[in-house]
Amino acid sequence: MEKQEPAIEVEKLHKRFGKLDAVNGISFQVEKGQIVGFLGPNGAGKSTTMRILTGYARATSGITRICGIPVACNPHEIKRRIGYMPENNPLPNELRVREYLKLRARIKELPMRHRAKRIDEVMERCDLSRAQDRIIGKLSKGFRQRVGIADAILAHPEVIIMDEPTIGLDPHQVIMIRDLIASLRGKMSVLISSHILPEIEMSCDRVIIINGGKIVGQGTPKELREAFITSTIYELEINGKIASLRAALVPIAKEFEIDQFSKADSCGFSKATIRIPGVHDCGEDLISCLANSSDLRVRSLGMRQAPLEDVFLAATRRSWETLDTDLAKDELQPGSDEPAETEISATS
Amino acid sequence: MRHFFTLLRAELWKLLINPSTYIAAFLFLLIMGFLFQLILLEYANDPKEESPSVTFFKLFFVPVFFMVPLLTMRSVAEERASGTIETLMTVPVTATEVILSKFCAGYIYYAALWAFTGSFHYLFFSFVQEDSIFDPYPIIGGYAYIAISGTLFLSLGIFASTMTRSQLIAGIVSFSLVFGFIVIGSYLDELALLWISQPAWVDQLAQHTDVIQHSRDFSSGIIDTRAIVLYASCSLAFLFLSILVLEYREGGA
Repeated sequence: MEKQEPAIEVEKLHKRFGKLDAVNGISFQVEKGQIVGFLGPNGAGKSTTMRILTGYARATSGITRICGIPVACNPHEIKRRIGYMPENNPLPNELRVREYLKLRARIKELPMRHRAKRIDEVMERCDLSRAQDRIIGKLSKGFRQRVGIADAILAHPEVIIMDEPTIGLDPHQVIMIRDLIASLRGKMSVLISSHILPEIEMSCDRVIIINGGKIVGQGTPKELREAFITSTIYELEINGKIASLRAALVPIAKEFEIDQFSKADSCGFSKATIRIPGVHDCGEDLISCLANSSDLRVRSLGMRQAPLEDVFLAATRRSWETLDTDLAKDELQPGSDEPAETEISATS
Repeated sequence: MRHFFTLLRAELWKLLINPSTYIAAFLFLLIMGFLFQLILLEYANDPKEESPSVTFFKLFFVPVFFMVPLLTMRSVAEERASGTIETLMTVPVTATEVILSKFCAGYIYYAALWAFTGSFHYLFFSFVQEDSIFDPYPIIGGYAYIAISGTLFLSLGIFASTMTRSQLIAGIVSFSLVFGFIVIGSYLDELALLWISQPAWVDQLAQHTDVIQHSRDFSSGIIDTRAIVLYASCSLAFLFLSILVLEYREGGA
């Protein structure tokens, strides 16, 4: 029976800090073995939700269950089932890496006979073996981050919750962590929040976008794209004039935009980006139409998949618009607009 | 209480590898040595009836005022400020285990520091004239008092530390609590002069809370169970309050 239960279950979760609704009635589920990305601008309520899931913070109302066990009723039991890496990855600066992991293994109730082996294993997986005798306070950010990740996966938890695990890592380490997270697929359920959107897209099965304490979109990256992206983008390399391209495109789509048309390179080819409203595949029509056009020569043509970033921006923008109208109605003081603005500039 | 010893070991290890532990110990012994030497000088000039050890224990509150806040202010406040409390409270440990391990580590360190001052008495008795009588009971009583009162002072300090995330505030609150307990407790009957006619219960209460009197009693060999009950019950109460505060703020089980 227990196998069928979702690993994480959140129902109508509310958390108020004074007048501010940090989390405002969100509900979602994470199935066993799934990797789910948690996206949202700063101050959206991601960390608060994660803290409530780990039993560290109390919810104002709502139900959270980890592996079927309600967090509020039995916080001690759920702590045996989770591996949590908090925001900013706090670590005791005076201990050495191995010492710290040994202590954590002991308090996470890892059986004594497996302890040393498991510590070696996680250090190997997180590429920490070289740094095992170094003092944590003197480690670089990348190493510290990996110590936090090693700690989270140490005791084979059923659910892993990581708050921005890839912050401060270089591209090599990011790839390593991505592989590491991918290797957990099917064995453990993972909930990660991140600002690095390509990361989330590459490693997550499902994405939950949250803004202003509410879920504004959830599903696979493909589903989200369908829901939020309203145009199809083609990139092509073309020899000819922009006016003749415009003329050639008329029979294919009534409305279209040429977003970009670069200067011709030494061979006379320019890069162009065409945006056609609506989601439909008109690649074949484009090829035949451009081939028939006498004053245009095409070197390459490809459809550009909208990056998750666009989905994220579209979803959060949409939610702000509704938030603004709500606020105008209620004449409440706006709280979440400011951090949201900075987030857009940071991600774009 | 499965993780108590693991946490205690970790706390003691952190104390051992921290340079500030040794600096604090050095300062403590320096001040205590200085006090003891002053007492001896005083005795050399003007012979007194009671042994210098008794006078030494009368001054026990001097190091308590600064050592207790220094020792305890870090315990929870530092973990909270650095955020490690979050990783600590999201593993299967209880708030009781966390508080007790921090208290016991602090207490062991405190007791060890006082144990070092035992060497003063040893040095003193090995160099005094041979005909002077060696009376071990004031020393035993004095250290027993230090050990019992230490539980209360450290639990006051731990309590102050669980209330805040700032070590400075924890230190100040801890100092105020310890100071309040020692000074106000000892002079309660004099504060009661504010009343026009002093109620009898104030007198009675003042007798129970007179910390200076307790230390005097213990170091002259009177082991008073009322004092033991007072210190033990108060320290348990403050430890319990600390556990409640930690559970409330960090959602421990």
